[in-house]
Amino acid sequence: MSNKPITINVNGTSHSAEVEPRLLLVHFLREVLNLTATHIGCDTSNCGACTVLLNGKSIKSCTLFAVQANRQEVTTLEGLAQNGELHPLQEGFREEHGLQCGFCTPGMIMRSVELLTDNPNPTEEEIRWGISGNLCRCTGYNNIVKAIQYAAVKLREAEATTEDVPMEA
Amino acid sequence: MIPQSFDYDAPSTLDDAIALLQRYGDDAKILSGGQSLIPMMKLRLATPERIIDINGLPGLSYIKEEGGYLKIGGLTRESDLEHSKLIQRKYPIFKEVTKLIANPQVRNRSTIGGNLAHGDAANDHPAVMIAMNAQLLATGPKETRIIPIDDFFQGFFTTALSSDEILTEIQIPVPPAGWGGAYHKLERKVGDYATAGVAVQIVLDANDVCQDIGIGLTNVNVVPLRARRSEDVLRGQKVTAAGIIEAAQFAAEDCNPAEDLRGSEAYKRAMVNVLTKRMLQRAIERAKAN
Repeated sequence: MSNKPITINVNGTSHSAEVEPRLLLVHFLREVLNLTATHIGCDTSNCGACTVLLNGKSIKSCTLFAVQANRQEVTTLEGLAQNGELHPLQEGFREEHGLQCGFCTPGMIMRSVELLTDNPNPTEEEIRWGISGNLCRCTGYNNIVKAIQYAAVKLREAEATTEDVPMEA
Repeated sequence: MIPQSFDYDAPSTLDDAIALLQRYGDDAKILSGGQSLIPMMKLRLATPERIIDINGLPGLSYIKEEGGYLKIGGLTRESDLEHSKLIQRKYPIFKEVTKLIANPQVRNRSTIGGNLAHGDAANDHPAVMIAMNAQLLATGPKETRIIPIDDFFQGFFTTALSSDEILTEIQIPVPPAGWGGAYHKLERKVGDYATAGVAVQIVLDANDVCQDIGIGLTNVNVVPLRARRSEDVLRGQKVTAAGIIEAAQFAAEDCNPAEDLRGSEAYKRAMVNVLTKRMLQRAIERAKAN
């Protein structure tokens, strides 16, 4: 049972390590890289607290071996804020009180990144279906939906502003 | 939870993958989506000594119509099926089943090949494949052979695949005009396995006579089940309310649900009855519109 050398790009930085094949991606992120925003809630692929992006797709990091992410790109919550500025989703969860204990929040946010990338103007129903892989014990989901709606507006505004910038002649 | 230690290979060609399967036989398990296998390994319900990760194999993820078949590559992710314009436009039954599988994150990884090859009667695609009369392509060291769906599911978590074969393609005969299909499963909460699930494909001629019918049942038998008596009572007859009621009744009688946290045997039989009726009605509506 031999260890495998892997290199994973996490939040823009390349990390190399030798790991047991059975090391889960979530354990690699939390215990090898000390990126502890990604949480382990159920360990059985139900709760979604471990959600991260793999090559832009939201996946449950408790249900992937780190070796499977070799030469791939992973994004965690720690990688969302840019130049000290919060991502609109982080802002939304703050503004709309989208969390209480905060345990499900990283997973909710990472899932929502893909949700809003695929569907920038989702209906409430589409949001609720979209986060159906993420469980919250505290909030009853309503403020989570509002937080995502807040972010959707912000992201669409930012997109529109970028498009309005005139091209240099 | 931590799986038992294992050795790991990630071959980059189909031939390499099959050679590894030949070499390690029953000690090895194929890792496709991993959304069923990895949770089982974490609970130590599965303890393979070797994992052969086929996610790097090229050319096995596609959805296309060719030669009278809808052909889907074994590595096609459920989310690709869910968002496929071809599927949404022409095969709503597949949109229905895919959307009911687990949740978006799991669907980003899980594959249709894995959903079938895992051999779990609780998975959703088997019933749809039964209803659509699919055939499966199994590639081994010597050849690729065709396995009709009715020969594929052989027992508890057991399929007709040998230990050195990979399920590379699913072929569904493109149904003729006048066809309609539908799938629904009753679940306790979103993403749950089925309390009961029913898939129907029906072909009607201009006089509403049933030319062909397929009915598959999810999670109410040790293997995915074809509701044969229900099919036989409808095939060749004009569809009537009485025929639908009788077919639904037969399906409820002929399945073998196990009592568990999802419900008693009686409850599950009753739900098979209700769902069979509803899916027949939905499929017939679609057939008439087609």
